[in-house]
Amino acid sequence: MSVMGTRVVRIEDHKLITSGGSYVDDLREPELTGAVHAMFVRSPIAHARIGSIDVSAAREAPGVVGVFTADDLDIAFAPGPTGEPWLARDRVRYVGEPVALVLTEHPYQLADVAELVDIDYDPLDAVIDLDDALSGRTLLFDGTDSNVAGGKAKPFDEKLFDDCEVVVTRTITNQRVAPAPLEVRGAACAWGEDGRLTMWLSTQNAQIARDILAGGLGVDPGTVRVIAPDVGGGFGAKIGADPEAVVLGWASRRVGRPVRWFETRSENLTAMTHGRGQRHTVTIGGRRDGTVLAYRLEVVQDAGAYPRAGAGMLPGFTRLMAPGVYRIPRVEVATRSVLTNTTPIAAYRGAGRPEATAAIERAMDLFAAEIGMDPAEVRRINFIRPEEFPYTTPSGASYDTGEYAKALDAVLSAGGYAELRAEQARRREAGDVVVLGLGIAAYVEITAGDGMGESGRVDVNPDGTVTAYTGSSPHGQGLHTSLAMLLSDQFGVPMDKITIRHGDTDEVPKAVGTFASRSLQLGGSVLKQAGDQVIERAKEIAANLLEASPDDVELNVDQGAWQVRGAPSGGTVTWAQVAAAAGEDGLSADVWYGDVQPTFPFGAHLAVVEVDTLTGKAVLRRIIAVDDAGPVVNPVTFQGQRHGGLAQGVAQALLEEMSYDADGNPTTATLADYPFITATELPDFELVDMATPTTRNPLGVKGIGEAATIGSTPAVQNAVVDALAHLGVRHIEMPATPQRVWQAINDAREGR
Amino acid sequence: MIPVGFSYRRASTVDEAVGLLGEYGDEGKLLAGGHSLLPLMKLRLAAPEVLVDIAPLADLRYVRTDGDTVAIGALSRYHDLHHDEVLRQHAPLLAHVAGAIGDPQVRHRGTIGGSLAHADAAADLPAALLASDGVLVAQGPGGRREIPAGEFFLDPFTTALQPDELLVEIRVPGQDGVGWAFEKFTRRSIDWAIVGVAVLGQSVGLINMAGTPIRATRVEEALAGGANPAEAAELAAEGTSPPDEPHASAAYRQHLARVLTGRALERAAGRVPAGL
Ligand SMILES: Cc1cc2nc3c(=O)[nH]c(=O)nc-3n(C[C@H](O)[C@H](O)[C@H](O)COP(=O)(O)OP(=O)(O)OC[C@H]3O[C@@H](n4cnc5c(N)ncnc54)[C@H](O)[C@@H]3O)c2cc1C
Repeated sequence: MSVMGTRVVRIEDHKLITSGGSYVDDLREPELTGAVHAMFVRSPIAHARIGSIDVSAAREAPGVVGVFTADDLDIAFAPGPTGEPWLARDRVRYVGEPVALVLTEHPYQLADVAELVDIDYDPLDAVIDLDDALSGRTLLFDGTDSNVAGGKAKPFDEKLFDDCEVVVTRTITNQRVAPAPLEVRGAACAWGEDGRLTMWLSTQNAQIARDILAGGLGVDPGTVRVIAPDVGGGFGAKIGADPEAVVLGWASRRVGRPVRWFETRSENLTAMTHGRGQRHTVTIGGRRDGTVLAYRLEVVQDAGAYPRAGAGMLPGFTRLMAPGVYRIPRVEVATRSVLTNTTPIAAYRGAGRPEATAAIERAMDLFAAEIGMDPAEVRRINFIRPEEFPYTTPSGASYDTGEYAKALDAVLSAGGYAELRAEQARRREAGDVVVLGLGIAAYVEITAGDGMGESGRVDVNPDGTVTAYTGSSPHGQGLHTSLAMLLSDQFGVPMDKITIRHGDTDEVPKAVGTFASRSLQLGGSVLKQAGDQVIERAKEIAANLLEASPDDVELNVDQGAWQVRGAPSGGTVTWAQVAAAAGEDGLSADVWYGDVQPTFPFGAHLAVVEVDTLTGKAVLRRIIAVDDAGPVVNPVTFQGQRHGGLAQGVAQALLEEMSYDADGNPTTATLADYPFITATELPDFELVDMATPTTRNPLGVKGIGEAATIGSTPAVQNAVVDALAHLGVRHIEMPATPQRVWQAINDAREGR
Repeated sequence: MIPVGFSYRRASTVDEAVGLLGEYGDEGKLLAGGHSLLPLMKLRLAAPEVLVDIAPLADLRYVRTDGDTVAIGALSRYHDLHHDEVLRQHAPLLAHVAGAIGDPQVRHRGTIGGSLAHADAAADLPAALLASDGVLVAQGPGGRREIPAGEFFLDPFTTALQPDELLVEIRVPGQDGVGWAFEKFTRRSIDWAIVGVAVLGQSVGLINMAGTPIRATRVEEALAGGANPAEAAELAAEGTSPPDEPHASAAYRQHLARVLTGRALERAAGRVPAGL
């Protein structure tokens, strides 16, 4: 029987639970013997000119091996007027920006030495507010005439809403959040006698990191080896390598010793990139019968202090996915990203797509409220229908497959929507203090939207075991298990005879890695292709051994052996025999899967919240979800991604926000102030299964890594608003804190 | 996350701890559960030169009755208190509050003495002790003295303890048969209170409504004058000066104080209204 689709326990967990993982800070490799320890001195001010830096006292302190500033670095940084320096030069642009590097013999000496680096800051006006940033009153970069880092305000089509009976518009904030992975950023590195740099890095993409390091250090990529050991989460914020890694590689070369670094939790909250951070102005128009005719989305993306992914990629995905699951005849999107004196913004679980979904799903509810129709009904009327796929949206996305109405109906029936509405009405009538809110979100998102391809190699070893090298870079998802299942199914080799390797650029030189929910669909598909090639070759070898024609032999996957078709009694040859007979080059295939196409997972979520109308506290009671990413290889890891995604999505709706005061000081820079979600704030997840395959890869799978995050945020936000709709509340910003909810109730009561 | 260097001394008796405090003066700091002091040191917001560790003083971990009074050793941990049968029976408010602090790790380390001596207006036990009319017993070079809870909390993070005094015992009148309730308003279960209310009979202690834990005296007076809980609760914000922060303004906290006081009084009186 095939293991595909069965609940296979993660092969990763035994080690993680017993001996523990080897994260960067656990490594005891001989190359790291005698390593010095590193700490970055970071700016405590959001915007300032650096007057002078006096490192003399720090250099004298006990245990110091080196203290370096931008002046010491003899490597070029990104060109262009808004290029991000490796260490701040002349000017700092956010609290947390690295200004100097301290190296000491012992880790406990670092903080003492860092305090001795005397930096003279000459404060400038901090640009925090988006309108202030757009005004260009204070510019972040000399030699520019605006803080806009991408996109532009475009004149809108004035006739867009001409035939609409109802038009609703609203400005909505999709707040900035912190990725906060369990394992903070860390790196360890050493230059070998052979002149090569080896860096162990907590990254989602060893190969991209290698190229960034080589580029930064001005050396050939072949000179750099990057190894991703166990990585404790990334959520998009560990894509590639951050500037710190380049400085560490440089410093190790400079002092001629291995270097180790990991950041503190507070550093992580301010100096690792943040996610989201968009302001939306949505305008939606249509007929009173529920038909939506036109939708306009204006996005202002807060890019933070330097243009990373937040400047282009995030708003680009928001633009592409703007119309969501709806057949809207006219769609207009304009995006601008603007620099502010805050931590740079980059990818975070969904990266631009959750923002698009949040905007359109809030807009649908605003429209529904305006015409007095149930939000489920409005969605049904406007869904793209199954027979319309592949479907090209006005914003240019080509959706593969979808069953949007079926997904919504499935969660509504599983949740008991009609009964919940009745209960809501009953409580309202009785004047209960604790009211009920139902929130719906229907979503579609794009996964593997980067078009960059992936690598995979499969070796059958002479002992009959299989070793596969994947370009994907799992960091908690359980991908080793899923990939081993694929190969076990394909080869008929038991799971425990299959080893998956990843994340060492010497073993896997060409690869892209893990982000955008791409790993199974690309990393898995390419392993399948490599497996097919191995099987083709094996067939010829087996035919030889069985003295039959290749056309007559077949792989018996139940036994993991080759046999003559229709004559099982005629003897078999094992994988070990085939591999042993493969000759010098062994039995192996190394494939690059380049012609890749994105896929479009979709789903629907129903959130049920209770809101205490006296205190304003909203509590999530139920969440019922369809997250359809095609056929499921392993329900254990698939559900794991949905659980984590739901938790993070709910967190954005109810709890999390990375905030700054007017001077640009972060006010949520510790985990005492930044409220990540815990199990006690979450109900049991009610998962409803649906599996609509894609036609765009050999496995038929879509990505599940981000899907549940995307649906849950607007479902919960809509539920909180719905709970208070009878009081006249139309919108509440995220996170829906008790104070905000209380304020919204007060405003509605006072007719504001 | 690495504190400034310090020396470490371990006290094996109360007298020795008092002696060490006297020896080091302003430079010494007692270390009990470490769950307020160590985070401050790791953030380099506190940098004592000497830590005098009193956590091993097992003879200060107890709960016992002394006539009509319940006596609690200052080094009793929240987990001990929450599960202590004597406390649950004779001072259920304190046993309950101890179980509502932080998370399991915090409750296994944090001590009642440490929480009271730290005197954070946002902490749970100080307000509960105020409502309980508790008495704090301090020991210094000159021996023991008793300080009523109402005179103990002077300013934010400032108490009536002398630098060379150690808190050794907390005493409360037995609460048998008296209605009590505790309302701790948080966003997440592990959070500190945005506002909290501890009620014992007609005594009301407020968390996070001023620079120190306070009694809601106007509410108590109204109750004594015959007001019903709802009427009395309306006065809960009178004379308060809560912190004014972006996620919880002073006005919002005052509103919460009224709502939560109303609920706590109703609950203490045996009527439990719906709320989250
Ligand atoms: C994650 C986290 C969550 C928390 N959540 C809450 C919460 O929800 N509610 C809450 O109330 N608290 C909370 N706390 C704080 C916790 O209750 C602390 O344990 C308590 O405030 C201090 O007690 P301690 O025994 O740990 O004291 P320590 O940290 O050891 O000491 C605190 C201060 O008191 C002094 N001190 C200690 N013992 C004595 C004594 N016997 N005599 C004189 N002085 C003494 C010390 O010198 C120091 O100045 C939390 C703490 C953490 C880390």
